[in-house]
Amino acid sequence: MSTFAFPPSIKSRPVYGTLEPQAGAAHMFIVDGEGANAVLDLAQRAPSMMQLAHIVYITRGTDFAAALKALNPAQFYQGPTYGAALPRIRRSLADAKMGLQVYLAGTEGLMGQAMNEAVIAGIPHTAIQTEHRGATARRMQCVHCKGITEDVETDPFVCSHCGLNLFVRDHYSRRIAAFQGVCIDAEDPGNVPVQKGIYE
Amino acid sequence: MTIQFNNESFRDDYSFYNSERAIKRFPFPFHEDSYMYSVNMEQHRGGPVDSVYEMRFDVDEHYVSEMRDRAMVLADDPLRCQSLPHMTLAGWDLLELIMVSKSEDYPDLFELHRDGNKWRWINKPLGIDHSFTFLDEATLPCGPMEYITRQAQGDFAVLDQRDDNLWMDAGMVTTQADWSLDFDIGMNFFEWHAPVPLAHEKGIFVRALKFLMNIQQGAPARRLNWTMTVNPLLDTSPENYHKWGIQKTELTPQNIGAKQHLRVELQTFFRLPRSNALVFPIRCYLCSFQDLMGVPKWGRRLHRVIRDLPEELATYKGFIDNRPMMLDYLKDFDDGLPTSPGIWPELDTEPPLTR
Ligand code: HEM
Repeated sequence: MSTFAFPPSIKSRPVYGTLEPQAGAAHMFIVDGEGANAVLDLAQRAPSMMQLAHIVYITRGTDFAAALKALNPAQFYQGPTYGAALPRIRRSLADAKMGLQVYLAGTEGLMGQAMNEAVIAGIPHTAIQTEHRGATARRMQCVHCKGITEDVETDPFVCSHCGLNLFVRDHYSRRIAAFQGVCIDAEDPGNVPVQKGIYE
Repeated sequence: MTIQFNNESFRDDYSFYNSERAIKRFPFPFHEDSYMYSVNMEQHRGGPVDSVYEMRFDVDEHYVSEMRDRAMVLADDPLRCQSLPHMTLAGWDLLELIMVSKSEDYPDLFELHRDGNKWRWINKPLGIDHSFTFLDEATLPCGPMEYITRQAQGDFAVLDQRDDNLWMDAGMVTTQADWSLDFDIGMNFFEWHAPVPLAHEKGIFVRALKFLMNIQQGAPARRLNWTMTVNPLLDTSPENYHKWGIQKTELTPQNIGAKQHLRVELQTFFRLPRSNALVFPIRCYLCSFQDLMGVPKWGRRLHRVIRDLPEELATYKGFIDNRPMMLDYLKDFDDGLPTSPGIWPELDTEPPLTR
């Protein structure tokens, strides 16, 4: 399974690891798309964990449901989008007992938002494991109108709320679970560079 | 000393101005002819009479107009003032610190009368006479941090100290050099400083954090920081950058002396008693190039500093495109004579410009 090596960046930008089995009273996995593969890989190394696992799988156009179910997790949920899964994620985290381990895998937007929910539920962000898989798109907040644009793949991009041309910064807010977008042509209106991939 | 408060604006028609007195006490940030980031911190224990270092919270001729500008910024964007729920006690600590300091340092302008928790606060310049119960939020029109920082010049970041780090968990930020409280709130010392070039690599932030975490109550510290702003615009926020950014392109060789301002932040650090939080007031002073050039030492020095400033810093501070025009203007005020060490103007001893 190929994973993307993010270039070195500034200190507010999150870094991701590889999911490692932890001792815990229960294990909650929240993954989207290719993130399912991170769970499948982990289960190979520590199959017994799965008896205590709750897997929340957001498909993002992938089809790992059968493979994940075959791990025999204690609880399994498949949802179409993060928004659809959110009430269930919140409820599960609110019900969580001491010793719950949280594992996040998939896109940065998914991991950032789910981490926020876990932190609000009282789990320190440093205790949460993450592994990036799949798309390298970013969740971006427009610093001007505060609107969030999901799955941004190009720099610059157009704010989906206010329509300004924004450049993609590496500055990242855990609380907003987003990178910052700032107007690129403020000093020369209309002079917008050609769009390219964020990591091109 | 009585202060004559200016009636001026920091937007639209920009009627802001500095009096002769304000220019002489301007905190010129360069103690030598070059500049690089460093851990430039010292104790905040007063300073020369009438200098901006003299009092714990300097009040000057811009006070009333700055507070009016702050109220306008907050009306447009209430997210400029935020406090996470665990920071309310620190807000009361800050209210106490400012009320006690101002009433002791400027007894003709501010009065604080305390009878147990029954407090009466009189702010003459802003026409406030308010009785309230200390530590009872219901007796204030808003939270304690917002209440007092609507009456104090400069931005305020209130930092919670835990896990060997400082966390920006509350703030009042309307006169910032292009950073967003709404975005940075909840970050730690290294995260909110992430965009700064070169300083991380030089180990500056590791050493600065150590220093800050050891600051004790009653022993505040201070440092100066600086950048450049076209027009005396206090609210150079990222939120509004799409509106003010264009002003940077409106400099011409004819208007640069009046329009280009050196923007200096007097940053102080106080430990707060009940919450053990650290408060970081960031007081912004603006001075036009033409007013600065009236001080021969500052004219010579500013030219040399801007000329030799590393490109990364000029880019980060946002004036790389205007630097050639600045140098063209400033070079006429540099006759090559040596300058004396230190930031003070030394008007009596420094030679006049020779040309
Ligand atoms: C705890 C109090 C402090 C707070 C809340 C604070 C906050 C900030 C913020 C928000 C920025 C702007 C970063 C951006 O580009 O988004 C900044 C810049 C900076 N800070 Fe701090 N800071 C603090 C203390 C310090 C200290 C003690 C130093 C000592 C060396 C320092 C050095 C710097 C430098 C060098 C910059 C870049 C400024 C420029 O070039 O214009 N800061 N700070």
